[in-house]
Amino acid sequence: MTALDRYENLAGLMSLMTGDEKHSFAATSTLDVLWVLYDRVLRVTPEAVDLPERDRFLLSKGHGPMAYYAVLAAKGFVAPSVLETFGQYDSPLGMHPDRNLVPGVEIASGSLGHGLPLGVGLAMGLRARRLGEPRVFCLVGDAESDEGSNQEAIVLAGRESLEAVTAIVVDNQSSSRGWPGGLAARFEVEGWSAVTVDGRDHEEIESALTLEHAGRPHAVVARVEPK
Amino acid sequence: MAVATETMRDRFYRVTSELLDTDERVAVVLADIGVAQLRELGAFDRHPERAINVGIRESLMVSVSAGMALAGMRPIAHSYAPFLVERPFEQLKLDFSHQGLGGVLASVGASYDWASGGRTHHAPGDVAAVATLPGWTILVPGHPDEAESGLRGAIDDGRRAYLRLAEQTNSGPVAGATEGIVEVRRGSASAPMVLAVGPMLDRVLEAASDDDVAVLYTARPRPFDAASFRALVRGTEVVLVEPYLEGTSSAQVVAATADRPTRVLAIGVPHGEHRHYGTYEEHDRAFGLDASGIRERVRAFVSTTAVA
Repeated sequence: MTALDRYENLAGLMSLMTGDEKHSFAATSTLDVLWVLYDRVLRVTPEAVDLPERDRFLLSKGHGPMAYYAVLAAKGFVAPSVLETFGQYDSPLGMHPDRNLVPGVEIASGSLGHGLPLGVGLAMGLRARRLGEPRVFCLVGDAESDEGSNQEAIVLAGRESLEAVTAIVVDNQSSSRGWPGGLAARFEVEGWSAVTVDGRDHEEIESALTLEHAGRPHAVVARVEPK
Repeated sequence: MAVATETMRDRFYRVTSELLDTDERVAVVLADIGVAQLRELGAFDRHPERAINVGIRESLMVSVSAGMALAGMRPIAHSYAPFLVERPFEQLKLDFSHQGLGGVLASVGASYDWASGGRTHHAPGDVAAVATLPGWTILVPGHPDEAESGLRGAIDDGRRAYLRLAEQTNSGPVAGATEGIVEVRRGSASAPMVLAVGPMLDRVLEAASDDDVAVLYTARPRPFDAASFRALVRGTEVVLVEPYLEGTSSAQVVAATADRPTRVLAIGVPHGEHRHYGTYEEHDRAFGLDASGIRERVRAFVSTTAVA
């Protein structure tokens, strides 16, 4: 644990990247989900970023990664001073993350619709390798769910009964054509367990992410204020 | 004799099934195509967690393969070339190249193996497309033995490889061809030199049979083996004969010979929206990719020099 390891510090860490003290960090749609994941759920530490048995977190929605980098800094994966280089030519921290530049970042993302398919393959690979019980958490957006590749992945994870997979959909209602009936139903019809929670309520997020879902992949739709 | 009629595709399924048995890092990911063949070999029964059919979802097939590579596996994805390379091209770029992962993409169909299938099943541009991406070894075998050594080599060292399997084959394999460029036929010091790729070798040798023409061969156009090429080239005329889009390796030939006077003729499948069916032999003839077409074009190219 670092001295920075508190939710209250995320605003200051994000301001190192934005240079804007007044930036409304709390408006970042993914912030609370990311914090709860790293603070209460994921079994991964800065010392264990290469451990085969670690839990994997895949930020599929790689756009707007400041909250992600801030959480990684708070948890000791990234030195806070590195945040000040955000977006610069030689910085490891770009506007979209790169696994080859940042220890602890599991995938390079930014183009939408790649993380969940990769995560499903990753879970299948971990299963085939019999690497204990590492879990794969993948964060996508409700607009990102527009990409057909995500729908392909949802079907396969359901048919393969990939219990290790948890998809977190941060829903700020930014999908241009919408999801009638809600996103949870899209997962449920394919055999997933799915719950919808308040994406700002840490207790709700934690209990949803740790919900028993034997023999099925799990989806947590985290609703936040509309974009 | 059964062995003689085994196609590259048959060999691919047999070797993939063997690799699943002998190497627990190996996985095969399919999108319906190839499922019947691997099922017949028992691969799905023996390895339900490493032989995966995702259904007709080619983007997912490539991403799932890359995801398995993230877990330390050596994935093999396989389909018809247009659906393996062109449809999910960004998945090749990001999920393999940009993530920095290894895996084998093994295609069938080549430029127009199923000629009567039409444009939807033709992929003369596949090698050129993959060649724009960093870090891919591109293997274009001319014989089932070369297909096998290319596949086994790529699995052994964990690289990113595109393996382009074709119906058309040469009469025999050439040693070293999946590792670089090798000399097959020597000419005089001033003889034009033809570099044949994959299934083009036999017809190039036939085309050259009556002339003073040297022949080089490779089943691995990328990375282009510039060192061997430079060491083997002697005259000033170079002819590239590739079984896919013409000119795909022209820039590599030009770069490899930048320090000496060289003229380059690129023979391959012409750029265009070709609306023809029939057989691959008919397409070869129409494009001048049969032995007589190659002979004519090489002779015309050489005689242009004499006039100049």
